[in-house]
Amino acid sequence: MKHITTPISDEAIRDLKVGDSVALTGMMVTGRDAAHKWMIETFIKKTRLPQGDDMQVYEELKKLLNGSVIYHCGPVVGGLDTKEYKFIAAGPTTSIREEPYQADVMKHFNVKGVIGKGGMGAKTLKGCQETPGVYFHAIGGAASFLAQTVTKVHGVFKMEFGVPEAMWVIEVKEFPVVVTMDSHGGSQHTVVDDASKKVLDGLLEKPY
Amino acid sequence: MRDLTKEIVELIRRTSSSLPPDVEKRLRESIEKEEPGSAARGALETIMKNIELSRANSTPICQDTGTPIFQVHYPMGWSTIQLKKQIRAAMEEATKRSFMRPNAVDAIYDKNTGNNLGGDDFPYIHFEETEGDELVIELMLKGGGCENVGRQYSLPDNSLGAGRDLAGVRKVVLDAVQKAQGQGCAPGILGVSIGGDRGSSYIKSKEVLFSEMGTRNKDPKLAELEERLTKESNEMGIGPMGFGGKTTVLDTKITGLSRLPASYFVSVSYMCWAYRRRKMTVKGEEIIYD
Repeated sequence: MKHITTPISDEAIRDLKVGDSVALTGMMVTGRDAAHKWMIETFIKKTRLPQGDDMQVYEELKKLLNGSVIYHCGPVVGGLDTKEYKFIAAGPTTSIREEPYQADVMKHFNVKGVIGKGGMGAKTLKGCQETPGVYFHAIGGAASFLAQTVTKVHGVFKMEFGVPEAMWVIEVKEFPVVVTMDSHGGSQHTVVDDASKKVLDGLLEKPY
Repeated sequence: MRDLTKEIVELIRRTSSSLPPDVEKRLRESIEKEEPGSAARGALETIMKNIELSRANSTPICQDTGTPIFQVHYPMGWSTIQLKKQIRAAMEEATKRSFMRPNAVDAIYDKNTGNNLGGDDFPYIHFEETEGDELVIELMLKGGGCENVGRQYSLPDNSLGAGRDLAGVRKVVLDAVQKAQGQGCAPGILGVSIGGDRGSSYIKSKEVLFSEMGTRNKDPKLAELEERLTKESNEMGIGPMGFGGKTTVLDTKITGLSRLPASYFVSVSYMCWAYRRRKMTVKGEEIIYD
């Protein structure tokens, strides 16, 4: 098990290889479908004009995400009425939906790590090589367990996206992940996909 | 009519935080099949810790508390209008108490309602009048990750060489498992429905998931196909979370429907390992949860 603290250096990223188990500690930000679409349209492709507090949040995000980690997660959060937030259940969501956006977000904000589940595709893998960054796979569905590693909720942006889609700024201690896509072009997902396709082709040939 | 709102909140709490024993047992058995020290085994071990923790603390097993699917079997004398109101009130309360994540998003205006009530159809409730005098409410929570990897095929499917028979059904189901990879939170459970129209076919592929693990179809031909599909899915080596490994599918359940001469649909609903389904029975004054 490797221990890594955010912000993460390029050297530390280059050291990580597919299959490495990692315990992550430090600050990170959650962001999923609505957040990625919003970041791309408002700040990267600029096809949408900033509205409301967009520019203030952008300035904050630039600082928070630089060298840090974005977590594909839509948590169950307690303390919504008192604003004394606590993560109650917080496992990863399926990452592939962010495939159109992820590499650009990584490069724009210098995001070193993406946590999620299910892995991502060729565009993000290229983004991992260029930024450099890695994809950290968390255990899907292990939400109560992972919420226990969240030691503090520092705040939240874009609550108008709804609780699951808002961007939560959190601090974690020894959040367990496995590197399944590295900065050298390695992807466990490609390996498993290709191998299982070969087995499937064999099975399809078999008589009933 | 009796107000069951509180009791339904309890059903929701149990469903969200306490995995049924048959599912837990199957997951525990699969640990031994994976190599010591492998990512696959690590994933299953974390899953087991999470199951215990969620139950002890009444916290959601998975943060995606899913689409709530209610099946209500009611004897004569109960009002479905009242029951629906009670289920909806219970859902709102369970969300306040963090047993459920606010999960109903208006698809046109992108607004989360914040209370798990969306239009008339969220939560999804199916009422069925039954003989006897017991009221049974079943609940399944089906997360979005696994819902997204569900597939529907219209046979014949040329690309897979799948014709309109059980041999063809086998091919398309295996294809669905391969395409899902780990994205439906493997190890999964397959609900397969053969026939029907596009709508009924998908609905039945979920309904069949209300039965216990290992329940085989009464038709020996389908029972055999269920076992074969589980075995062959596991040969693909996708493994827990898609990390690679021996445990990809825990069980397969098939149901057959009538179809039109022109149509031959096969629907595959993929259920994640967090296979949350619970039942409450109202027997006179008594309420039994299992």
